[in-house]
Amino acid sequence: MSDVPGARGAIPQPVSGGAAAAAPVPAVASDGGKAGRNQIRREQRRVLFTSPAFVVGCLIVGFWVLAAIAPGLLTSAGEKEFVEAGNNSRPFGETWLGTDSTGWDVYARIIYGARPILIVAPIATALAIVVGTLLGLIMGYYRGWVDEVLSRVLEAILSIPVILMAILVVTTFGKSTPIIVGTIALLFVPAITRTIRSAAISESDLDYVTSAKMRGENGLYIVSREILPNVVGLVVVELTVRLGYAVFTYATLAFLGFIGGSVTDADWGVDVAQQFNQIVNDRWWSSIFPATAIATLVIGVNLIADSIDKALKS
Amino acid sequence: MTTIEEPAAPSQTAALSIDGLEMSYIVRGTPRKVLRGVTFDVRPGEAYGLVGESGCGKSTTAYAALRYLPSNGVIDAGTVTSGGEELTSMSARQLREFRAKRASMVFQDPVQAVNPVLKIGRQVAEAFVVMGQSKKEAEKSALHALERVRIAAPRSVMERYPHQLSGGMLQRVVIAMGLACDPTLLVLDEPTTGLDATVEAEVLDLVRDLRSELNSAILLIAHNLGVIRTMCDRVGVMYAGRVVEEGSVDEVFDNPSHPYTKGLLNSIPRHGLRKTDRQLFAIPGTAPQIGADLPTCVYIDRCPISTDVCRTEVPPIVQRSDGHWTRCHHEDRIADVPEPDESAIKYDVGTEQIIGVNGVSKTFRQRGHDVPALVGVDFGFAEGETLGLVGESGSGKSTLAKTMLGVHAADEGGTITLRGRVMADKATARREESVRALSMIFQNPDSALNRAWTVRRILERSVVKLTGVKGAAADKRVEEIAAAMQLTPRHLDMRPRQLSGGLKQRVAIARAFAGNPEVVVCDEPTSALDVSVQAAILNLLAQLQNDERTSYMFISHDIGVVRYLADRIAVMYLGRIMEIGSTASMFEGTNHPYTEALLSAVPSVDGIAEDRIPLTGSIPSPANPPSGCVFHTRCHRAIAGLCEVTEPEIRELSPGHSIKCHLTVEQLNEPFEIAPDADLATPVDDPTP
Repeated sequence: MSDVPGARGAIPQPVSGGAAAAAPVPAVASDGGKAGRNQIRREQRRVLFTSPAFVVGCLIVGFWVLAAIAPGLLTSAGEKEFVEAGNNSRPFGETWLGTDSTGWDVYARIIYGARPILIVAPIATALAIVVGTLLGLIMGYYRGWVDEVLSRVLEAILSIPVILMAILVVTTFGKSTPIIVGTIALLFVPAITRTIRSAAISESDLDYVTSAKMRGENGLYIVSREILPNVVGLVVVELTVRLGYAVFTYATLAFLGFIGGSVTDADWGVDVAQQFNQIVNDRWWSSIFPATAIATLVIGVNLIADSIDKALKS
Repeated sequence: MTTIEEPAAPSQTAALSIDGLEMSYIVRGTPRKVLRGVTFDVRPGEAYGLVGESGCGKSTTAYAALRYLPSNGVIDAGTVTSGGEELTSMSARQLREFRAKRASMVFQDPVQAVNPVLKIGRQVAEAFVVMGQSKKEAEKSALHALERVRIAAPRSVMERYPHQLSGGMLQRVVIAMGLACDPTLLVLDEPTTGLDATVEAEVLDLVRDLRSELNSAILLIAHNLGVIRTMCDRVGVMYAGRVVEEGSVDEVFDNPSHPYTKGLLNSIPRHGLRKTDRQLFAIPGTAPQIGADLPTCVYIDRCPISTDVCRTEVPPIVQRSDGHWTRCHHEDRIADVPEPDESAIKYDVGTEQIIGVNGVSKTFRQRGHDVPALVGVDFGFAEGETLGLVGESGSGKSTLAKTMLGVHAADEGGTITLRGRVMADKATARREESVRALSMIFQNPDSALNRAWTVRRILERSVVKLTGVKGAAADKRVEEIAAAMQLTPRHLDMRPRQLSGGLKQRVAIARAFAGNPEVVVCDEPTSALDVSVQAAILNLLAQLQNDERTSYMFISHDIGVVRYLADRIAVMYLGRIMEIGSTASMFEGTNHPYTEALLSAVPSVDGIAEDRIPLTGSIPSPANPPSGCVFHTRCHRAIAGLCEVTEPEIRELSPGHSIKCHLTVEQLNEPFEIAPDADLATPVDDPTP
């Protein structure tokens, strides 16, 4: 037996009875070890970081995040500072993006306007993801009447138009940032729940869940420890996709005047609403530029979402 | 012994001639070799089999035979010729013509080969329309084609949709479509994998019958050696993208001359082998990865008789006898390939009954209907005993396992006892020691292991949950069990997807043994594995049983495996136990008619041709079981006026051997004449599962 290739001596051989020839040698995946796992991760990361869409998305979103954190770094003019150029000055002249009808610098307004949208949209999305994932997992694992009842409730929410929902909530609870966060989160919960629920259903059918049941594990343990780690990738994708929608929804609500705060505070949606009547006077810049800012943020987030989805599937 | 450069020169008339075919798959920009010079001929009218383990390139060869290549597949060298025409240089148009008129292929899964939204008639007719027939003619031809594949009531089948037909029926339909053009070459890629043994036998019988009617040559790809043995004239054994041995099936299977063929044949239980006779042979090491660098002999890393010359020179083709050759330097030393050891294990079966299943029924409610999945199941088994459980899919084997383990609650009335004490229905309500005492090994380790967890975490959770040991003691226990399964500490930090199929199943077995169980239910634990890996797993299970005195309930469709491992066998049909007895008594000859049919359906690698007893039709729906004896609708020995009226009681034939049948021993032992028209596949009347 000495001419059998392979380092068999290194492997413990508990099989007795002189079964050397018949004793199986464990097969090792060729890329074995921690290296193998890291390799998969590395491969995914490589796909992600070399994707042009991801890089562009990160640059766009990064710019707006910087604006939200430290607007003073990106503009010398203040949010409500009357600049020398006066009001209704054309862009690319004395000021970069012109001034609005009040006499404020449009560029400075845009930079300062990044903050409210970048506070509300991520918080609302995070809230919606937490609630949606929880509900989705519970509905997908337990099914039965819990699933039936919750499904009908979620369908009811889905059937209410966004604007109608906002009117309902705002007239009932008044305008404030927490109310807006809650409204957006509520709007997003049903879609997230559905996605996670269907993933949880297919996971529940797998034998590792059966095996956990046979060990006498309770439902909470199975859902949180066994199933959740297997749907995390989906949660991340859902998070980024919904963030894009949240940005858009917040801007819409701001445009329609459903958010609290003063109309003089810099906010992209509010600025568009305040200035869009200037377009008829051929003063397009004071509304088109904030609108463009909204568009770039949505596009940037979606570029990131798409690349993450692709990388996870590769 | 003569040494020649190449096997018989490819003839002009061969139905298929593959010569020196080398192929690669481009994976992320780098070509990876899958075929390393495959050469063989399929003569007109001949059935040629290709066997080998997964990843050896047999399916790639099958696809290449019709030049169906995936977009990343590249032919590096070699030719594929059919009837004198070279496929490798055909234009897309010629190729289409060739596939429409001269060759066809039948794939593994018939469900995926048909369009679910079109009626069967239309799909079969389409195959004739492609050949230039008018719609009217095509419809007539379709009917004729369905008759040819022996489908009963073909007119009604044509009006059905695919989901209304059973798997076996659907495969017949696919074969009918494949035969539409009267092909000179029919390629069957694992045509019966995934079908029940009885359905498999039905489809194989059909292909065998058709061979005598047609003049097609058949290229049959299968991993099941028994299928190849019973179906083919000649066989090629593939390993790592090369044919290593070729010859007539009798020569190759009875007189293997390549170390790989010999290892492969030694790894399956043949000739009624039992675990008490000897261990199975597990080929050491693993098959090389696709694209591995193998300049000389492809089998060198696992070969027990390799020498230096094997590393430096490509092995020659060595003729053994007429048409039987092997690609080995040491063909004369084949006898040196080690034989498996005699078994040193005694396998004591205790006397105390450990599990008792008493009158257990399980009824599912489905859309307002009661579906009885288990009906009054009674059996028990002792310490250290292996009870084999066989039956077609849908017979309730898995439901029985899950009910025993407390995943489903049994219906009121039945009890499951552990050492005489009644256990609660659900695992969550059972006492800790009852939960610990029972565990299960699943069929598919990919589904059974949480892919987000490391092996260590998978094992540790079971240890902690089932034995209550924590911390360092639990770590130690995990390492002990892993070592007993021949897993190295390195494997503990991997995740399941980084392990090969055999290793994953070892992890699943380790988990099953984590709580020192008294009973382990094995649900087809090796059916997803290659035979050489299966051998290692079966050896391991046998070893563990002896060391731990564990009882097994071993569910399998592979009669050979059950016979090897089981002390007693129970046969289930439609949620009822039809026969139960010691393994020896089951193979002595007097059996329940259902068992008789099941046993005759198994294609044997030993090549003993027996007349198969056909099981007509498919298993009836449990929601609507037949009256009287549930098996009477498919029974070849049913007594009119009795079997369809009264359900037989289970009765003892000899001590410990019982059957649920009205027939006397004399009636059961009468030789059975197979009616010539018995091979009709009847449509399922109730398509609901």
